[in-house]
Amino acid sequence: MNITVGGEKKSVPERETLAQLIADEKVENAAYVTVAVNESFVDHADFAQTELHEGDAVEFLYFMGGGR
Amino acid sequence: MAFTSDELERYSRHIILKEVGVKGQKKLCAAKVLIIGAGGLGAPAALYLAAAGVGTIGIVDADEVELSNLQRQIIHGTSDIGKPKVESAAETLHDINPGVHVVTYREFVDSLNIADLIKDYDFVIDGVDNFPTKFLINDACVMGRKPFVHAGIIRFKGQLMTYVPGEGPCYRCVFHDMPPKDAVPTCKQAGVIGAIAGVIGCLEALEAIKYICGIGELLTGRLLTFDALKGDFHTIKLPPRDPNCPVCGDHPTVTELIDYEQPSCSLAQHGTALD
Repeated sequence: MNITVGGEKKSVPERETLAQLIADEKVENAAYVTVAVNESFVDHADFAQTELHEGDAVEFLYFMGGGR
Repeated sequence: MAFTSDELERYSRHIILKEVGVKGQKKLCAAKVLIIGAGGLGAPAALYLAAAGVGTIGIVDADEVELSNLQRQIIHGTSDIGKPKVESAAETLHDINPGVHVVTYREFVDSLNIADLIKDYDFVIDGVDNFPTKFLINDACVMGRKPFVHAGIIRFKGQLMTYVPGEGPCYRCVFHDMPPKDAVPTCKQAGVIGAIAGVIGCLEALEAIKYICGIGELLTGRLLTFDALKGDFHTIKLPPRDPNCPVCGDHPTVTELIDYEQPSCSLAQHGTALD
C-alpha cells in the first residue's frame, strides 16, 4: 500500500505498523521522536499496535537542540 | 512621527512593498524584539532585525566570543575573540543601523530572570543551544502570553515553529518533555554547518517581522524543517493546541518556572542513541 512519510511517497506492506515503519526508516533516536499520523500525534506506547492504512501521512518530528 | 529623508532612503525597499509600506516600517521601528542567545541563530536574526529597523533589540548572552564560534556566529569577528558576545553583537548592530536601540543583558536566562526579561518585549527569538533553556523559554512565553519563535539546528538540518498565545500549539504540545542529557546530540558533539544557522536564523527574523507587521501566515501550528543536503524545505502541519499540555493545556501542571536539569542518559537503556 502507499503512504507518505515526511511528504514523500512510500510503498509499504499491508498492515505495516508504526513500529515496523520506524525500524524500516532507520529513524534516528527513535525513543525521542514525536510521530504524527494524519496530523495527530501517536503515543510511543501505541507504536506497535498502530497499523497504517492506504494514504496515511506519517511525519517524524525530531528534537533539535542546537542554536549557538 | 514622520520618517527623515535618511530613514526613507534606508528603508525604501521595505516601504515600496505593499505589505509593509510606511505603516509597516513604522511598526518595525516601534517594535521590541528580544533575542535569547547571541550565537548561530541569534547572530543572523539580530543582523537582519537591526537592518530592518526594529526599534529595540534586546540580546541576552553571558558568554565571550571564542574562535570556534566564528564558523557560524557572523555577528562577531576575529578581533572580537574574548569580548562579551553581547558587546560584540551590539557594536556590529550599531554599525549596521545606529538608529536601532540595542539593550544588552550579559547573563543567561534562568527561571528567576526570564519573566522580567521578556515582559517588555513584543516578540522573543529562541537562539539557545540546549533543551532546558528551550523548554524554559517556551514555558515563560506561554505563562507571560508572549509570542516567540522556537528554532533548532543540527548537522545539515534545522527547524522552526512560532507560538502565539491562543493560536495553536506550544513547543511542549509537540515535544512534551526534554530528552535525557546526551540522548540527542548537541552541535558541539555532532557538528553543524554554519550556513544552516544563517538559513534558520533568518527565518526566525522573518517570523518576527511578519508578526510585527501583521502580514502573511506565521508558522503557528506548523513546523518548518529544512534539510540542506537534500535542498528541501518541508512543512509539517501540527495538531491543534493539546488540551492536556502540561503548560498551555486546560489544566496545566507546569505552573511555575523551573531551571530544568536534563536527566542523565542511562547508558544501558539508551546506549545506542549516544552515537
